[in-house]
Amino acid sequence: MEFNAQFINLIPLLPLAGAVVNGAVALKVSRSRLHDNTIKCPENFSAFVGCLFPILSFLLTAWAFLNLRDIPEGKIATDAVLPWLSTPLLNVSFGFLFDHLSSVMTLVVTGVGSLIHIYSRGYMHDDEGFSRFFAYLNFFLFFMLLLVLGDNLLVLFVGWEGVGLCSYLLIGFWFTDIAKAQCGKKAFVANRVGDFGFLIGLFLIIFTFISGAQGTDLRFLNYDFLNAHKDLLAPLATAITLCLFVGATGKSAQIPLYVWLPDAMAGPTPVSALIHAATMVTAGVYMVARLFFVFAMAPITLHVIATIGLITAIVAALIAITQYDIKKVLAYSTVSQLGYMFLALGVGAPQAAIFHVVTHAFFKACLFLGSGSVIYACHHEQDIRHMGGLLKKIPLTGITFLVSTIAIAGIPPFAGFFSKDEILWHVYASGYKTYYVLALLAAGLTAFYMFRLFAYTFLGKFRGHEVHHVPFAMNLPVGILGVLAVVGGLMGIPEVLGGHNHFHHWLHELTAGLPALEGDHHTELMLMGVSAAWALLLSLTSLALYSRNLNWTKNIKIKLNPIYQLMNNKFYVDEIYNALIIQPIKSISDAVLWKVADVKLVDGILVHGWANLSRFMAMVVVRVHSGLTSQYAAIIIIGLLAMLYVVVR
Amino acid sequence: MGETILFYIFGGLALLMVFLTVVQKNPVASALCLVLALFNLAGLYVLLMAPFVAVMQVLVYAGAIMVLFIFVIMLLKLRDQDLIDDQVTLPKLISLPLAALFIYILVKKFLTLGPLAFPPVDANFGAPKEVAGVLFSKYLIPFEITSILLLVAIIGVVLLAKKESR
Amino acid sequence: MEITVVHYLILSAAMFGLGLWGVVLRKNLLIVFMCIEIMLNAANLTFVALARYFGKVEAHVVVFFVMAVAAAEAAVGLAIVIMMYRNRQTIRTDEWKIMGG
Repeated sequence: MEFNAQFINLIPLLPLAGAVVNGAVALKVSRSRLHDNTIKCPENFSAFVGCLFPILSFLLTAWAFLNLRDIPEGKIATDAVLPWLSTPLLNVSFGFLFDHLSSVMTLVVTGVGSLIHIYSRGYMHDDEGFSRFFAYLNFFLFFMLLLVLGDNLLVLFVGWEGVGLCSYLLIGFWFTDIAKAQCGKKAFVANRVGDFGFLIGLFLIIFTFISGAQGTDLRFLNYDFLNAHKDLLAPLATAITLCLFVGATGKSAQIPLYVWLPDAMAGPTPVSALIHAATMVTAGVYMVARLFFVFAMAPITLHVIATIGLITAIVAALIAITQYDIKKVLAYSTVSQLGYMFLALGVGAPQAAIFHVVTHAFFKACLFLGSGSVIYACHHEQDIRHMGGLLKKIPLTGITFLVSTIAIAGIPPFAGFFSKDEILWHVYASGYKTYYVLALLAAGLTAFYMFRLFAYTFLGKFRGHEVHHVPFAMNLPVGILGVLAVVGGLMGIPEVLGGHNHFHHWLHELTAGLPALEGDHHTELMLMGVSAAWALLLSLTSLALYSRNLNWTKNIKIKLNPIYQLMNNKFYVDEIYNALIIQPIKSISDAVLWKVADVKLVDGILVHGWANLSRFMAMVVVRVHSGLTSQYAAIIIIGLLAMLYVVVR
Repeated sequence: MGETILFYIFGGLALLMVFLTVVQKNPVASALCLVLALFNLAGLYVLLMAPFVAVMQVLVYAGAIMVLFIFVIMLLKLRDQDLIDDQVTLPKLISLPLAALFIYILVKKFLTLGPLAFPPVDANFGAPKEVAGVLFSKYLIPFEITSILLLVAIIGVVLLAKKESR
Repeated sequence: MEITVVHYLILSAAMFGLGLWGVVLRKNLLIVFMCIEIMLNAANLTFVALARYFGKVEAHVVVFFVMAVAAAEAAVGLAIVIMMYRNRQTIRTDEWKIMGG
């Protein structure tokens, strides 16, 4: 069968179909639960439908990808699925664009997504909301695919908002627990704050073009349009890019809006793996890469992005060292790695950033699913102090976890090394020497705390109660991801080592027209050696220290207690936000908006006011009805006088 | 000349009596003043060459209606508290200005009409024969209906006012 | 000064006004009735005066009817007054306020 460009349209729509089907099933099940509880959750059917559509999407994507390689223009554009806004001022339609960048993202989303769907079959077994889970998960895939496949900023924004919604639904999946529901709310609100910035950016873009300087083409928000007319954006580029970056900090958990990601661990582990490791949080990185030609015109913004990325990477790593919840460590690790991606973007290396997105998706998803297996095996225990020695008990999980840990630490030749090293090289070669040193330190920290996690969880003696067997359905996807974590880096082997760096070439047009990096091969090799050695050193140190004595930091914690408390309590950021922002808003809402505006104004004046006015007027008017004849006579006479006056005049 | 004096006497007395009717506290006194006023009016009717109407006034109005009034006043044992009226209410305050205004408007209008003297008429102008001639020919039907009205009134009054039967 | 019809009209207006005043002023129902009679009489006077002025006897007939109707009305009204007195032992208009609201 010949590949038709219209098949691209199916890629997002298939998961949508899956979401609808599973949604209907979930509704039916919950309705029956309300009445007579006859229908049980059809796990096999839901899982089948839920996994089928993402896998089909993945196959379609792979097929499209293979076709894409032969197309010289480098993109397959589909005809618009739906016309959306066509007004005299702006023209936007629901169209998809499958070019090199979106093909990479789509492959990751559908590929890793399908694996996680398969994993969920085992993990969510016996859960009351099984069908609902798959419905939400498919729904999420739909929106994520809209985000990466859209050919204009508005479709991206639809996907952007939609994944925020699904993130809320999935984090608060077990909403009967108030604390978990509030974590979902926190994620949504933090996202929303970022989205506000994103919207301002969109408005600024529209504002630039609304004057009509570009001729009659009204498709302001389409990428090709923006690329063709980017000189018109130049004056407002800094403002636009800063606003868009605010949106990215919300979605991709950078400072200052990262606070939702650790709390998002309240959701089921497959959710953490899919949304908060592999796909949703990379939406911000994708957006900046997609619009890199605009960001390139705003060096100030790029500097801001690099700085924030670096600071986020360091701060998150510092917090991760002290955490005892297995998922929290991984969450902060995600924040930290996202910081690396933004650092790469900030120094002008979007290809390196996207490369790290891909490798990070592999090993982080593997780590999260592995942690899910661990939690499942330890009967939903998440504190690593109650684990240990699991390498012998659940060996497959242990090995894949180890492999991914090596990958994230950046030890060659596993995947993480190549992507992280490319980022570090670009940081150094762009002139940010201090940033390079700091980033290197953070990389070391990453290796350190990841191996700490590994040691706590899998080595030593088992400190828990009982270990469950992990089913094959859960081990298979973890295994596949583990393999990818090993070999995934091979597509980006830099030239200096003799490889062809296919990945960079595939995405080269992101930086088309920009000055190329200057750097000398010797320096590159040397730095590569330095980072590899540094990562290896810290990994082995961590392993040695923790496998001997898990509590070796006891004295350090006592001596440096204030610093330790600071790190352990996440630098009190949540508390600061609470005090500075949330409590004031709450007390203003209570004192002003509720007590004054709502009670006094709306209730008092607009509601009771009219009622009181009516009553008052009635009390005045009712005196006419006194029942006194003389009064009635007087009134009649007044009327009579009036008539008389008129007649006699 | 004589007419003028008689007009002023009868008219003035009528006005005085009416005023007394309105302001007296005792209802019997009021009624009697009203009777006198009616008599004076009858005199005025005579001056206006309406002898039939004058006699009707005395017989019916002063003779029957007012007697009825006095009967009822006597029938109701009015105590003192029914008669006192010292509350100052709004209708009370407003009544005099209203009435004054009323009179003022009308009088003002009348004065602009100019002197309109009475044209001379036939000597038999208001004689019973003349009135009867019109009453029983042109206004026969209203006459009959009025008698039915009176019948209905009588029946109504009897029904209304009779004592409750156990 | 010769008496013209205007004199009679003014006189009748004054009487009517006095009766009007009495209707609003007085609280005793019987006196209110009497004031109504005053007003009717003032109207009668107007009719008779104008009859003389225009030379038509029809107005006398009207006066006749007015008197008849006044008689009927007075009778019925007084019967009602008697009933009211039987009910509440008072005929003050400010006591009878049941139609008030």
